[in-house]
Amino acid sequence: MADLGLYFRQNLRPWVAFAVLATLFVVFIAMHPRGLSVFVMTTWSNQGVALAFAAVGQMVVVVTGGLDLSIGAIMAITNSLASVVVNGSPLEVAFGVVLVILAGAACGLVNGLVVVYGRIQPIVATLASGAVFTGIALLIRPIPGGDIDEGLSDALTYEVFGTLPASLLFLLAVVIAIWWPYRRSIMGRAIYGIGSSADAAYMSGLNVGAAKISAYVLAGVFAAFGGLFLSLQTLSGDATIGFSYTLNSIAAVVIGGVALSGGSGLVFGAIVGAFVLRTISAMMFFSGLPPLAQPLIEGLVLLVAVSFGALRLIRTRNRLQILG
Amino acid sequence: MSGRLQGEARAEAFLALSGVSKRYGGVSALDQVDFAAKRHSIHAVLGENGAGKSTLMKVLSGVAKPDQGNLRLDGQGVTIATPRDAQRLGIATIFQELSLMPDLSVADNICITEASGRWGFFNPKKQLRRAEALLAEIECEDINPKAKVETLPLSRRQMVEIAKALGRDPRVLILDEATSALTAADVERVFTLLNRLRDRGLTILYISHRMHEIETLADTCTVFRNGRSIETFRQGSKTPDEIVRLMIGRSINQVFPEKPTREARPEPLLEVRGLSWEDQLTDVDLTVGAGEIVGLGGLEGQGQQQLVLALFGVLRSVSGEVRLDGRRISLSGPAAAKAPDVGIAMIPEDRKTEGLLLPMSVRDNLSLASIGRMSRWGLVDGAQESDLVDRMVEKLQIKVSSLAAPVSTLSGGNQQKVVIGKWLSVAPRCLLLMDPTRGIDVGTKQELYRLLRELAAQGTAILFYSTDVDELIGLCDRVGILYGGRIVRELEGPDVTEHNIIATALNWAQGADGDQPTAAA
Repeated sequence: MADLGLYFRQNLRPWVAFAVLATLFVVFIAMHPRGLSVFVMTTWSNQGVALAFAAVGQMVVVVTGGLDLSIGAIMAITNSLASVVVNGSPLEVAFGVVLVILAGAACGLVNGLVVVYGRIQPIVATLASGAVFTGIALLIRPIPGGDIDEGLSDALTYEVFGTLPASLLFLLAVVIAIWWPYRRSIMGRAIYGIGSSADAAYMSGLNVGAAKISAYVLAGVFAAFGGLFLSLQTLSGDATIGFSYTLNSIAAVVIGGVALSGGSGLVFGAIVGAFVLRTISAMMFFSGLPPLAQPLIEGLVLLVAVSFGALRLIRTRNRLQILG
Repeated sequence: MSGRLQGEARAEAFLALSGVSKRYGGVSALDQVDFAAKRHSIHAVLGENGAGKSTLMKVLSGVAKPDQGNLRLDGQGVTIATPRDAQRLGIATIFQELSLMPDLSVADNICITEASGRWGFFNPKKQLRRAEALLAEIECEDINPKAKVETLPLSRRQMVEIAKALGRDPRVLILDEATSALTAADVERVFTLLNRLRDRGLTILYISHRMHEIETLADTCTVFRNGRSIETFRQGSKTPDEIVRLMIGRSINQVFPEKPTREARPEPLLEVRGLSWEDQLTDVDLTVGAGEIVGLGGLEGQGQQQLVLALFGVLRSVSGEVRLDGRRISLSGPAAAKAPDVGIAMIPEDRKTEGLLLPMSVRDNLSLASIGRMSRWGLVDGAQESDLVDRMVEKLQIKVSSLAAPVSTLSGGNQQKVVIGKWLSVAPRCLLLMDPTRGIDVGTKQELYRLLRELAAQGTAILFYSTDVDELIGLCDRVGILYGGRIVRELEGPDVTEHNIIATALNWAQGADGDQPTAAA
């Protein structure tokens, strides 16, 4: 029991975010003309999953104390690539999916190498690489179009056993298959150490460079799953589709209680943050508020989330540390 | 005798350095150091601030790479380029600045590089048991291995640090002032542990300023001075007084302006009473008279910086009373401190980050602090600004090709002059300085000493924190020595000697009243 209490104290913010999401969800269902149904759940899940993938990827980098501004561009590049390779015979489709994920990993690897060996600040490095990735995406898919395997699309965007949204299960399966073992590896723990105190991590004999690179690669992989899922939803590829995802993924991790300064954050929180944002937009749709007010509402939610994270500064006793 | 002992040590040395040198810029941190330590030994390393002990530890732990020299471990030549190398070789270091990651749990920190499970994964349960076992070995069962390190008080963190080093199964264990944050009970536990480890055959290097600890623990001592290993001897073969003499042994080569002779202390301008902050300043009383230069000394990190920062209003929730010219002032921040009715200025410790805006011009930097006084309706009076800048460049003899040049292009000495000029332009009644001569050349140092004396003669009260003992002796009328956040002793007049300062700084009561050796060795 004491351990459970400790767990909640140390992971307060993601659970607060979860409580917010639960509340929002109840209100959303109450507002929805069709109420709680498998269809409503599936639509809700489909709307959130792509952003959730982006947010998980963003979180991995944010945990190291970095920021990945190329998440949306990696989604665009993988989305465009998917519309070329994820079709044909089942074997070709499988091969295509693997290719799409590897492309995401390659983009992440580039980011990691530039950040670690180029010694360039993550925010600048990924801003530049993001532009490059977007350019490549446009070369692959100059105008929206292409072809996606419908069987795979149907399998992942409807429901399983007639009750559960397949997209949500897909998200959970991917996250558990990748994140779970990574988090249990030395490298997966090292990224938290680096974000917490890079000097101490280095002094402890951790391989700081390799761990950072692994974080960017993982971010690329999750972004690729996001891009792939978008292509399954739209059954086509679009090189401009990722634009809004970069900033929304950052908003999602902040709402989900991931510290932008690095060192702490749960995947659970990132996913919750993404669904909070998407639930708000869905509620906007039914509330009768003008859709143009959506950024305003999302912005307010973000401000509240960030203020919550800044509470501890009130206790700081050295004025110099407040400014930093 | 010492020569024989050194030879004896080298013969069966487990860890041996020969001819190791390390320079930082123009400063020699280690100069042709020969050092050897045996197995089954607790070897104390002694020396003043800046004697080279910390650099020695950095070289051994892979943080700093020596410029030249050889390292041998267990008879094999080794290179230690990174902390990972040190870890592989079985050298574990417990640093003063902790190597713990605050957001991670205690168990994560202790086993940070250990794959307790299969295939490079760690097993949370096994790791928890291992952390528990290691904490039990140092009798710290009260620490919950699942708790985040940031929630622990400093003394507990230090014990976690020790458990972490222990978990690496070291052959060489280095402790750098590891007991300074510990409670007395924990110190006992650490001592028991160290004795046990020594019996197991470890080589333990123990850096400490606490003589009684060295007396109870160490079997061998080595004194460092000015980056050199001066002498190695068996513990107990020298008195604390002799050791202090070994640690000093240098000649004062700076020229200081003559101190004024006074009948009595001048009336205090700055009065500090019962100043406390967090656990880093406790009940500090201090006065600085108009025309006085009062020094702050002691080992690094005993609260000197915090005291100066508190007086300048940088720290929050400071308790106690500060008066200037008899009037109580509130410590609400630098803007209030520099206001004309208070008139406190501070020269910060790090001129590159806190003193200057490096990419901006000499002119902009010089006028930065007083710009509010030279403006009307928010607009700066350019003529007045130029006048001030010219005056400061002239007064301080700042060597600069153009006033528009970025201040980063100036030499260290001239940069420091700009910082000082910036604050003199607010015409302070009280000037606080934090180690202002660090890393600047001797010529500029002398100019600075003369300037401070001149300012004092004009009635400024000067509080001068320095890590350089010579400066405290040569420049200051009085010197307060801090230890553990308190002023433990105030030295005045003929009592301001190197021996007294160092002995007090180390808090060696028995050394403080000893005879006074001449400065030259």
